Amino acid sequence: MQNHVLTILLGVVAGTLARLVMLRSDYRHYPSYPHGFVTHISLGFIAALVGAVAVPALAKPDYVAATFLILAAQQFREIRNMERETLARIEQTKLVQRGSDYIEGIAGVFEARNYLVIITALATSGANHLWGWPVALGVAVISLVISHLLMQGECVGDIADVVPGKVHFDRSLLMVGDVVIMNVGLPAFREKVLEEGRGVVLKPRDDDARLTLDSIGQRQAILHDISVILGTKIDEKEMEFMPLAKKNADTGEIGIFLLPNEPDLECLVEIIKKVPVIESSKARPLSSYYGRRAAD
Amino acid sequence: MDTAGATRILAVVTPDSGLVGPGGAPVFMAHSQEEQERLALLLARIMGGVPHDLENGVYIVVKHS
Repeated sequence: MQNHVLTILLGVVAGTLARLVMLRSDYRHYPSYPHGFVTHISLGFIAALVGAVAVPALAKPDYVAATFLILAAQQFREIRNMERETLARIEQTKLVQRGSDYIEGIAGVFEARNYLVIITALATSGANHLWGWPVALGVAVISLVISHLLMQGECVGDIADVVPGKVHFDRSLLMVGDVVIMNVGLPAFREKVLEEGRGVVLKPRDDDARLTLDSIGQRQAILHDISVILGTKIDEKEMEFMPLAKKNADTGEIGIFLLPNEPDLECLVEIIKKVPVIESSKARPLSSYYGRRAAD
Repeated sequence: MDTAGATRILAVVTPDSGLVGPGGAPVFMAHSQEEQERLALLLARIMGGVPHDLENGVYIVVKHS
Protein backbone atom coordinates (compact mmCIF):
# COMPACT_ATOMS: atom_id res chain seq x y z
CA MET A 1 0.00 0.00 0.00
CA GLN A 2 2.79 2.38 1.02
CA ASN A 3 4.52 1.60 -2.25
CA HIS A 4 1.37 2.43 -4.26
CA VAL A 5 0.95 5.77 -2.50
CA LEU A 6 4.48 6.80 -3.49
CA THR A 7 3.91 5.51 -7.05
CA ILE A 8 0.73 7.55 -7.46
CA LEU A 9 2.21 10.61 -5.75
CA LEU A 10 5.29 10.67 -7.96
CA GLY A 11 3.16 10.23 -11.09
CA VAL A 12 0.75 13.01 -10.11
CA VAL A 13 3.54 15.43 -9.22
CA ALA A 14 5.46 14.73 -12.44
CA GLY A 15 2.29 15.01 -14.58
CA THR A 16 1.12 18.25 -12.98
CA LEU A 17 4.63 19.68 -13.32
CA ALA A 18 4.60 18.76 -17.00
CA ARG A 19 1.32 20.66 -17.45
CA LEU A 20 2.79 23.70 -15.65
CA VAL A 21 5.86 23.65 -17.88
CA MET A 22 3.65 23.54 -20.97
CA LEU A 23 1.31 26.26 -19.72
CA ARG A 24 2.58 29.58 -20.89
CA SER A 25 0.57 32.71 -21.37
CA ASP A 26 2.50 34.67 -23.96
CA TYR A 27 1.75 37.31 -26.57
CA ARG A 28 -1.14 35.27 -27.89
CA HIS A 29 -3.02 36.27 -24.74
CA TYR A 30 -4.18 32.78 -24.20
CA PRO A 31 -5.00 31.25 -21.79
CA SER A 32 -6.09 34.30 -19.88
CA TYR A 33 -4.86 34.74 -16.34
CA PRO A 34 -6.00 33.56 -13.76
CA HIS A 35 -9.19 31.70 -14.69
CA GLY A 36 -7.85 29.94 -17.76
CA PHE A 37 -4.80 28.94 -15.70
CA VAL A 38 -6.92 27.38 -12.97
CA THR A 39 -8.97 25.44 -15.50
CA HIS A 40 -5.94 24.03 -17.27
CA ILE A 41 -3.96 23.20 -14.15
CA SER A 42 -7.01 21.42 -12.69
CA LEU A 43 -7.49 19.41 -15.86
CA GLY A 44 -3.75 18.72 -15.92
CA PHE A 45 -3.95 17.42 -12.35
CA ILE A 46 -6.84 15.11 -13.26
CA ALA A 47 -4.92 13.88 -16.33
CA ALA A 48 -1.86 13.24 -14.13
CA LEU A 49 -4.00 11.30 -11.66
CA VAL A 50 -5.45 9.17 -14.47
CA GLY A 51 -1.94 8.35 -15.70
CA ALA A 52 -0.50 7.72 -12.22
CA VAL A 53 -3.28 5.40 -11.02
CA ALA A 54 -3.06 3.18 -14.10
CA VAL A 55 0.10 1.31 -13.01
CA PRO A 56 -1.06 0.32 -9.49
CA ALA A 57 -4.45 -0.66 -10.99
CA LEU A 58 -2.77 -3.00 -13.47
CA ALA A 59 -0.36 -4.31 -10.84
CA LYS A 60 -3.07 -5.25 -8.37
CA PRO A 61 -4.43 -6.56 -10.89
CA ASP A 62 -7.70 -4.69 -11.24
CA TYR A 63 -8.49 -4.68 -14.95
CA VAL A 64 -11.93 -3.12 -14.46
CA ALA A 65 -10.29 -0.07 -12.90
CA ALA A 66 -7.75 0.07 -15.73
CA THR A 67 -10.59 -0.01 -18.30
CA PHE A 68 -12.35 2.82 -16.53
CA LEU A 69 -9.15 4.84 -16.65
CA ILE A 70 -9.06 4.46 -20.41
CA LEU A 71 -12.62 5.76 -20.55
CA ALA A 72 -11.62 8.70 -18.36
CA ALA A 73 -8.72 9.50 -20.68
CA GLN A 74 -11.14 9.80 -23.58
CA GLN A 75 -12.86 12.69 -21.81
CA PHE A 76 -9.87 14.86 -22.63
CA ARG A 77 -11.09 15.02 -26.17
CA GLU A 78 -13.63 17.49 -24.81
CA ILE A 79 -10.82 19.95 -24.12
CA ARG A 80 -10.37 20.49 -27.83
CA ASN A 81 -14.06 21.40 -28.19
CA MET A 82 -13.91 23.66 -25.16
CA GLU A 83 -10.95 25.61 -26.54
CA ARG A 84 -12.41 25.78 -30.01
CA GLU A 85 -15.73 27.14 -28.79
CA THR A 86 -14.15 29.74 -26.52
CA LEU A 87 -11.75 31.02 -29.16
CA ALA A 88 -14.41 31.05 -31.89
CA ARG A 89 -16.67 33.14 -29.67
CA ILE A 90 -13.93 35.66 -28.86
CA GLU A 91 -13.11 35.82 -32.56
CA GLN A 92 -16.25 37.81 -33.38
CA THR A 93 -15.00 40.86 -31.51
CA LYS A 94 -11.42 40.78 -32.80
CA LEU A 95 -10.38 43.46 -35.28
CA VAL A 96 -7.77 41.16 -36.78
CA GLN A 97 -9.04 37.62 -36.40
CA ARG A 98 -7.02 34.53 -35.62
CA GLY A 99 -8.76 32.53 -38.32
CA SER A 100 -10.25 29.06 -37.98
CA ASP A 101 -6.99 27.27 -38.85
CA TYR A 102 -5.14 28.95 -35.98
CA ILE A 103 -7.99 28.19 -33.58
CA GLU A 104 -7.99 24.53 -34.59
CA GLY A 105 -4.23 24.45 -34.09
CA ILE A 106 -4.43 25.95 -30.60
CA ALA A 107 -7.34 23.65 -29.61
CA GLY A 108 -5.42 20.60 -30.86
CA VAL A 109 -2.32 21.62 -28.91
CA PHE A 110 -4.30 21.95 -25.68
CA GLU A 111 -5.69 18.45 -26.10
CA ALA A 112 -2.28 17.01 -26.93
CA ARG A 113 -0.74 18.61 -23.83
CA ASN A 114 -3.07 16.64 -21.59
CA TYR A 115 -2.11 13.38 -23.29
CA LEU A 116 1.54 14.26 -22.70
CA VAL A 117 0.67 14.79 -19.03
CA ILE A 118 -0.92 11.32 -18.89
CA ILE A 119 2.14 9.76 -20.54
CA THR A 120 4.52 11.59 -18.16
CA ALA A 121 2.55 10.45 -15.11
CA LEU A 122 2.30 6.90 -16.47
CA ALA A 123 6.02 6.66 -17.21
CA THR A 124 7.02 8.09 -13.81
CA SER A 125 4.69 5.89 -11.75
CA GLY A 126 5.64 2.88 -13.88
CA ALA A 127 9.35 3.52 -13.28
CA ASN A 128 8.76 3.84 -9.54
CA HIS A 129 6.80 0.59 -9.46
CA LEU A 130 9.46 -1.36 -11.35
CA TRP A 131 12.76 0.20 -10.29
CA GLY A 132 12.16 2.52 -7.33
CA TRP A 133 12.01 6.26 -6.85
CA PRO A 134 15.55 7.29 -7.94
CA VAL A 135 14.86 5.92 -11.44
CA ALA A 136 11.35 7.42 -11.37
CA LEU A 137 12.83 10.86 -10.77
CA GLY A 138 15.13 10.44 -13.75
CA VAL A 139 12.23 9.27 -15.93
CA ALA A 140 10.15 12.25 -14.76
CA VAL A 141 12.86 14.72 -15.79
CA ILE A 142 13.34 13.02 -19.17
CA SER A 143 9.55 13.01 -19.76
CA LEU A 144 9.35 16.71 -18.92
CA VAL A 145 12.11 17.52 -21.39
CA ILE A 146 10.52 15.36 -24.12
CA SER A 147 7.10 16.96 -23.50
CA HIS A 148 8.65 20.40 -23.83
CA LEU A 149 10.44 19.46 -27.05
CA LEU A 150 7.32 17.89 -28.56
CA MET A 151 5.43 21.12 -28.02
CA GLN A 152 7.86 23.14 -30.13
CA GLY A 153 6.73 22.98 -33.72
CA GLU A 154 8.03 24.58 -36.89
CA CYS A 155 7.99 28.35 -37.32
CA VAL A 156 7.57 30.50 -40.44
CA GLY A 157 11.26 31.44 -40.18
CA ASP A 158 12.15 27.74 -40.66
CA ILE A 159 10.36 27.44 -44.01
CA ALA A 160 10.77 30.90 -45.56
CA ASP A 161 13.21 33.80 -45.76
CA VAL A 162 11.61 36.81 -44.11
CA VAL A 163 12.98 40.07 -45.51
CA PRO A 164 11.86 43.72 -45.32
CA GLY A 165 9.87 44.80 -48.39
CA LYS A 166 9.62 48.29 -49.86
CA VAL A 167 6.20 49.90 -49.40
CA HIS A 168 5.37 51.94 -52.52
CA PHE A 169 2.54 52.81 -54.89
CA ASP A 170 1.83 51.99 -58.51
CA ARG A 171 -0.66 54.83 -59.03
CA SER A 172 -3.44 53.84 -56.59
CA LEU A 173 -2.19 50.31 -55.97
CA LEU A 174 -0.27 49.70 -52.76
CA MET A 175 2.67 47.38 -53.32
CA VAL A 176 5.10 45.58 -51.02
CA GLY A 177 8.11 44.70 -53.16
CA ASP A 178 6.44 43.52 -56.37
CA VAL A 179 3.32 42.14 -54.67
CA VAL A 180 0.07 44.07 -55.13
CA ILE A 181 -1.61 44.51 -51.76
CA MET A 182 -4.69 46.71 -52.33
CA ASN A 183 -6.15 49.82 -53.87
CA VAL A 184 -5.85 52.86 -51.61
CA GLY A 185 -8.29 55.55 -52.71
CA LEU A 186 -7.53 58.83 -51.00
CA PRO A 187 -4.21 60.71 -51.46
CA ALA A 188 -4.16 61.50 -47.73
CA PHE A 189 -4.31 57.77 -46.94
CA ARG A 190 -1.52 57.06 -49.41
CA GLU A 191 0.73 59.59 -47.71
CA LYS A 192 0.06 58.01 -44.33
CA VAL A 193 0.74 54.54 -45.70
CA LEU A 194 4.05 55.66 -47.26
CA GLU A 195 5.09 57.33 -44.04
CA GLU A 196 4.04 54.80 -41.43
CA GLY A 197 3.33 51.55 -43.29
CA ARG A 198 5.73 48.63 -43.03
CA GLY A 199 6.16 45.80 -45.50
CA VAL A 200 7.71 42.36 -45.34
CA VAL A 201 8.23 39.77 -48.06
CA LEU A 202 8.19 36.02 -47.32
CA LYS A 203 10.27 33.98 -49.74
CA PRO A 204 9.39 30.28 -49.46
CA ARG A 205 12.46 28.02 -49.46
CA ASP A 206 10.86 25.11 -51.33
CA ASP A 207 7.59 23.85 -52.84
CA ASP A 208 6.35 22.60 -49.46
CA ALA A 209 6.83 26.06 -47.96
CA ARG A 210 5.22 27.74 -50.96
CA LEU A 211 2.06 25.69 -50.59
CA THR A 212 2.02 26.13 -46.82
CA LEU A 213 2.19 29.92 -47.17
CA ASP A 214 -0.51 29.72 -49.84
CA SER A 215 -2.93 28.79 -47.10
CA ILE A 216 -5.20 31.66 -46.10
CA GLY A 217 -5.26 30.27 -42.55
CA GLN A 218 -1.47 30.47 -42.24
CA ARG A 219 -1.43 34.03 -43.56
CA GLN A 220 -4.22 35.05 -41.18
CA ALA A 221 -2.25 33.61 -38.26
CA ILE A 222 0.74 35.77 -39.25
CA LEU A 223 -1.45 38.88 -39.54
CA HIS A 224 -3.02 38.17 -36.15
CA ASP A 225 0.30 37.75 -34.39
CA ILE A 226 1.92 40.89 -35.82
CA SER A 227 -1.19 42.98 -35.06
CA VAL A 228 -1.36 41.72 -31.49
CA ILE A 229 2.27 42.59 -30.80
CA LEU A 230 2.86 45.77 -32.81
CA GLY A 231 -0.74 47.08 -32.92
CA THR A 232 -2.66 48.35 -35.94
CA LYS A 233 -4.30 51.65 -36.84
CA ILE A 234 -7.60 50.15 -37.84
CA ASP A 235 -10.82 50.58 -35.93
CA GLU A 236 -14.32 49.22 -36.12
CA LYS A 237 -15.72 50.17 -39.55
CA GLU A 238 -12.47 51.98 -40.44
CA MET A 239 -10.73 49.20 -42.28
CA GLU A 240 -8.70 51.09 -44.91
CA PHE A 241 -5.43 50.27 -43.14
CA MET A 242 -6.22 46.60 -42.66
CA PRO A 243 -3.08 44.43 -42.41
CA LEU A 244 -3.00 42.19 -45.46
CA ALA A 245 -0.94 39.30 -46.85
CA LYS A 246 -1.08 38.83 -50.60
CA LYS A 247 0.62 36.41 -52.93
CA ASN A 248 2.75 36.95 -56.00
CA ALA A 249 1.16 34.26 -58.16
CA ASP A 250 4.32 33.83 -60.28
CA THR A 251 6.89 33.36 -57.54
CA GLY A 252 4.76 32.27 -54.56
CA GLU A 253 6.24 35.08 -52.48
CA ILE A 254 3.94 36.63 -49.90
CA GLY A 255 3.85 40.38 -49.38
CA ILE A 256 2.71 41.48 -45.93
CA PHE A 257 1.53 44.99 -45.16
CA LEU A 258 0.96 46.44 -41.69
CA LEU A 259 0.31 49.96 -40.44
CA PRO A 260 1.52 49.41 -36.89
CA ASN A 261 1.40 51.50 -33.74
CA GLU A 262 5.02 50.52 -33.17
CA PRO A 263 6.69 50.87 -36.58
CA ASP A 264 9.78 48.78 -35.81
CA LEU A 265 10.63 46.86 -38.96
CA GLU A 266 13.29 44.69 -37.30
CA CYS A 267 10.79 43.49 -34.68
CA LEU A 268 8.17 42.89 -37.38
CA VAL A 269 10.56 40.57 -39.24
CA GLU A 270 11.46 38.69 -36.04
CA ILE A 271 7.81 38.28 -35.01
CA ILE A 272 6.89 36.81 -38.40
CA LYS A 273 9.83 34.39 -38.20
CA LYS A 274 8.46 33.04 -34.91
CA VAL A 275 4.82 32.59 -36.00
CA PRO A 276 4.05 28.86 -35.72
CA VAL A 277 3.37 26.90 -38.89
CA ILE A 278 -0.27 25.87 -38.50
CA GLU A 279 -0.71 22.11 -38.56
CA SER A 280 -3.74 22.16 -40.85
CA SER A 281 -1.97 24.53 -43.26
CA LYS A 282 1.14 22.39 -43.61
CA ALA A 283 1.51 21.08 -47.14
CA ARG A 284 3.90 18.39 -48.34
CA PRO A 285 3.82 18.14 -52.13
CA LEU A 286 7.50 17.13 -52.09
CA SER A 287 6.57 13.96 -50.19
CA SER A 288 4.89 12.66 -53.30
CA TYR A 289 6.75 11.26 -56.30
CA TYR A 290 5.08 13.56 -58.83
CA GLY A 291 5.47 16.54 -56.50
CA ARG A 292 9.25 15.99 -56.49
CA ARG A 293 9.35 15.39 -60.23
CA ALA A 294 7.34 18.54 -60.97
CA ALA A 295 9.58 20.60 -58.66
CA ASP A 296 12.70 19.89 -60.77
CA MET B 1 -28.38 34.51 -53.80
CA ASP B 2 -27.25 35.63 -50.36
CA THR B 3 -25.29 38.86 -50.75
CA ALA B 4 -25.36 39.95 -47.10
CA GLY B 5 -21.70 39.12 -46.53
CA ALA B 6 -20.47 39.92 -50.04
CA THR B 7 -18.28 42.83 -51.12
CA ARG B 8 -20.46 45.57 -52.58
CA ILE B 9 -20.31 49.20 -53.75
CA LEU B 10 -21.99 51.50 -51.25
CA ALA B 11 -21.56 54.78 -53.15
CA VAL B 12 -19.94 56.32 -56.21
CA VAL B 13 -18.37 59.79 -56.13
CA THR B 14 -17.66 61.36 -59.52
CA PRO B 15 -16.94 64.77 -60.99
CA ASP B 16 -18.56 63.74 -64.30
CA SER B 17 -21.89 61.93 -64.51
CA GLY B 18 -20.91 60.63 -67.95
CA LEU B 19 -18.36 58.31 -66.33
CA VAL B 20 -20.98 56.38 -64.36
CA GLY B 21 -23.87 54.34 -65.72
CA PRO B 22 -27.11 53.52 -63.92
CA GLY B 23 -26.78 50.86 -61.24
CA GLY B 24 -27.53 49.85 -57.71
CA ALA B 25 -25.24 52.26 -55.86
CA PRO B 26 -26.08 55.94 -55.27
CA VAL B 27 -23.96 58.41 -57.26
CA PHE B 28 -22.70 61.62 -55.63
CA MET B 29 -21.51 64.51 -57.79
CA ALA B 30 -18.47 66.54 -56.72
CA HIS B 31 -17.38 69.87 -58.17
CA SER B 32 -13.71 69.69 -57.29
CA GLN B 33 -11.04 67.14 -56.49
CA GLU B 34 -11.01 68.34 -52.89
CA GLU B 35 -14.77 67.99 -52.51
CA GLN B 36 -14.64 64.56 -54.09
CA GLU B 37 -12.01 63.30 -51.64
CA ARG B 38 -13.90 64.75 -48.70
CA LEU B 39 -17.19 63.19 -49.88
CA ALA B 40 -15.54 59.80 -50.34
CA LEU B 41 -14.04 59.99 -46.83
CA LEU B 42 -17.34 61.08 -45.24
CA LEU B 43 -19.31 58.35 -46.99
CA ALA B 44 -16.72 55.77 -45.98
CA ARG B 45 -16.85 56.83 -42.35
CA ILE B 46 -20.65 57.02 -42.23
CA MET B 47 -21.26 53.64 -43.82
CA GLY B 48 -18.20 51.73 -42.64
CA GLY B 49 -16.77 51.30 -46.12
CA VAL B 50 -13.37 51.85 -47.71
CA PRO B 51 -12.75 54.50 -50.42
CA HIS B 52 -11.12 53.23 -53.63
CA ASP B 53 -9.77 55.11 -56.63
CA LEU B 54 -10.68 53.84 -60.11
CA GLU B 55 -7.95 56.10 -61.59
CA ASN B 56 -10.36 57.65 -64.12
CA GLY B 57 -11.56 60.34 -61.72
CA VAL B 58 -14.21 58.15 -60.10
CA TYR B 59 -14.08 57.09 -56.44
CA ILE B 60 -16.14 54.24 -55.08
CA VAL B 61 -16.85 53.41 -51.47
CA VAL B 62 -16.80 49.66 -50.99
CA LYS B 63 -18.02 47.50 -48.14
CA HIS B 64 -15.65 44.55 -47.91
CA SER B 65 -17.00 41.29 -46.52
